[in-house]
Amino acid sequence: MVDQKTETTETLDIWVAGTEEPQFQPTDEGAQEFGPDESEARLDDQFGRVVSDDYVFDDETSDEERSVLNMGPQHPSTHGVLRLQLEIEGEVIRRTKPIIGYLHTGMEKTAEQLTFSQGSTNVTRMDYLAPLHGELAYSLAVERLLDIEVPPRAQAIRILMTELNRVASHLVALATNGMDIGALSMMIYGFRERESILAFFEKVTGLRMNHNYIRPGGVAADLPPGWKDDVDAILEDLPKRMRQYDDLLQENPIWVARTRDVGIISAEEAIAYSITGPALRATGVDWDLRKVFPYSGIDQYEFDVPVGARGDVYDRYRVRIEEMTESLKIVSQVMDTMPKGDYRVGDRKITPPPRARIDESMEALIHHFKLFTEGFKVPEGETYVAVESPRGELGCYLASDGRARPYRMHTRAPSFYNLQGLPIAMADSLVADTIATIASMDPVMGDVDR
Amino acid sequence: MNSSQHDATTLLPVLAQLAEEFESVVFEQSHGQDVARVPRDDWESFARAAKEAGFEVCSDVTAVDWMRQRPERFEVVASLVSMQHRLRLRMITAVGRKDPVVASITPIWPGAGFGEREVYDMFGIRFEGHPDLTRILMPDDWEGHPLRKDEGVGSVPVQFKASHQVE
Amino acid sequence: MATTAPGNLLMTTVERAANWARTRSMFPATFGLACCAIEMMATGAAHYDLARFGMEVFRASPRQADLMIVAGRVSQKMAPVLRQVYDQMPDPKWVISMGACASTGGMFNNYALVQGVDQVVPVDIYVPGCPPGPQSLMHGILTLHDKIMAREIVN
Repeated sequence: MVDQKTETTETLDIWVAGTEEPQFQPTDEGAQEFGPDESEARLDDQFGRVVSDDYVFDDETSDEERSVLNMGPQHPSTHGVLRLQLEIEGEVIRRTKPIIGYLHTGMEKTAEQLTFSQGSTNVTRMDYLAPLHGELAYSLAVERLLDIEVPPRAQAIRILMTELNRVASHLVALATNGMDIGALSMMIYGFRERESILAFFEKVTGLRMNHNYIRPGGVAADLPPGWKDDVDAILEDLPKRMRQYDDLLQENPIWVARTRDVGIISAEEAIAYSITGPALRATGVDWDLRKVFPYSGIDQYEFDVPVGARGDVYDRYRVRIEEMTESLKIVSQVMDTMPKGDYRVGDRKITPPPRARIDESMEALIHHFKLFTEGFKVPEGETYVAVESPRGELGCYLASDGRARPYRMHTRAPSFYNLQGLPIAMADSLVADTIATIASMDPVMGDVDR
Repeated sequence: MNSSQHDATTLLPVLAQLAEEFESVVFEQSHGQDVARVPRDDWESFARAAKEAGFEVCSDVTAVDWMRQRPERFEVVASLVSMQHRLRLRMITAVGRKDPVVASITPIWPGAGFGEREVYDMFGIRFEGHPDLTRILMPDDWEGHPLRKDEGVGSVPVQFKASHQVE
Repeated sequence: MATTAPGNLLMTTVERAANWARTRSMFPATFGLACCAIEMMATGAAHYDLARFGMEVFRASPRQADLMIVAGRVSQKMAPVLRQVYDQMPDPKWVISMGACASTGGMFNNYALVQGVDQVVPVDIYVPGCPPGPQSLMHGILTLHDKIMAREIVN
């Protein structure tokens, strides 16, 4: 190893010429003596007369100055197990490559092993922040292959639950978005509101998340008595609390500085890269599947589709906030006009009979048995149905060959395709803006990797 | 299959125009949706024509492994959306077992990039012209293509307490 | 280490004090993978407050953490990463396997998932549920606290 004394002596020669101090710690800051070979330029730098280390966006910089930085998969701000390989030049990102697959669960292969009525348990865990939307897309696809229509009450219940789910999902998006940028209170606010919605979900479906409630044929159970009071409480509470978010964020100079003109995606890029959902609407494109290809009777309700202008992080945040208000509007209309009737199709070959009937009727018992052991058979065919999930177009491509299990079930995951916009949004931006951009694209890795 | 063939007079004008241009493509209706069955060699040119006809977005690319149920083993399915006409169109092509290669539509719609990588990863179908055809969901050194029907689910036997001994 | 030898009365008190200190401010490492991560965040949020146990600070760096809550399904691609993060944590460290997928592979008994995270790291507490509600997770954490209080300091 190097001789301590020799090393110190050598350094002494460079930093401070002419002194014999053996214990001198060679450091730049606070050096009391300047040797005679200190150049004027260095002194200017040190005294701060000249600032020469501002980063200049110079395109002629050679490739050797770029370094590859790996972000993730375990990282507090990548919203799950997303790995980003960043090629950076100083603090500026030149290229990005998202590497996914760290949450790949083989759900599409598992779907081929489950019956059609068990399929909702599988699909619900893909986009785990909007599980009811996944179930809805899957159930609509199965019902289309079966050529059945669910009764109006089932359709209304589905819209009620999915719109509340949209609010809950946007709350998480805002909470994590805020926390990543530094507004830690946003995390607390978002999850606090979400608790009231999750409590309602638990009352109706039995679970706080991953509900397995919307099944082919209708919904699993009717709304419990007194549900209107719970929804009323949510409708009263949430708008008041949402004003707190506006107070915290909307005019906040730090928030605006960190989100305005950051992570911009133009409308042409968004369309070319199959980006859908709030990220697309923030660029100015008015495309919402609830208006264009309405599903499950949503066209009876009046609501607007918020559209942004610039396609930056701030616009995506505004689009989400306003979508929450619109969803609450839909929820209140559904509550006022909820039709009476059956909550699932009456065909006993598809939906199980009520539990009480099993004790009375042999036929009901046989139907129940067949449905839960073998499952109902779906005629041959293939179809694709898409719904508007909080992240974009969530579609289900289903191919059946006449048996009781899907032959092929594929989910068109919105976050999977939205991630293609990430390199575009992050090109030539700073590393710190990456966090804001990823949070605003709101990827859910369960959706991406399935 | 619940599908019925159109003749050119019952198709929408957008699709009728495409049907005229491509004689070998069969337009069907599948449960109320338009499906175009495209021969493999016309895949790219039909895609280009569709984009020019107004289908600006390719929303999904996936595949189905029909094993021996169909003469050609795989089917590649691309879902297109036209924002101006408010239409959906599904393009399906059949790809054989011995030569699972299809032209890539990523140069036409960059958004199909990830979808085609997933089809390659899960089924082993190669897309010619794709800028980065590598595994996307499975680890890079994984062998096999999981969603093919001749690959098993890969489940492990589970011993439940009171039941008889598993293996 | 045995508590029967004379003179270990003092050691016992030190052990208890050390264990008490360890349980009262455990720092979890952020290892939220899937749906369980959302419930873990909800446990840390205002309604089911983890801060009352001194645990609301989720350390991003494993070097500063002593508890790893594996929240979610561990895929084959993620398993080496999991092991590496576990190895980077300094002793003493504990692992809670949260949820059905982390404990046994859950409903996904297929090629893509590691069937139980205990094939990769040693687990102290298994919390069942899909996802386990915040109350279940908290019960698991408090059980871990009891487990630590009951243990002896190992040299």
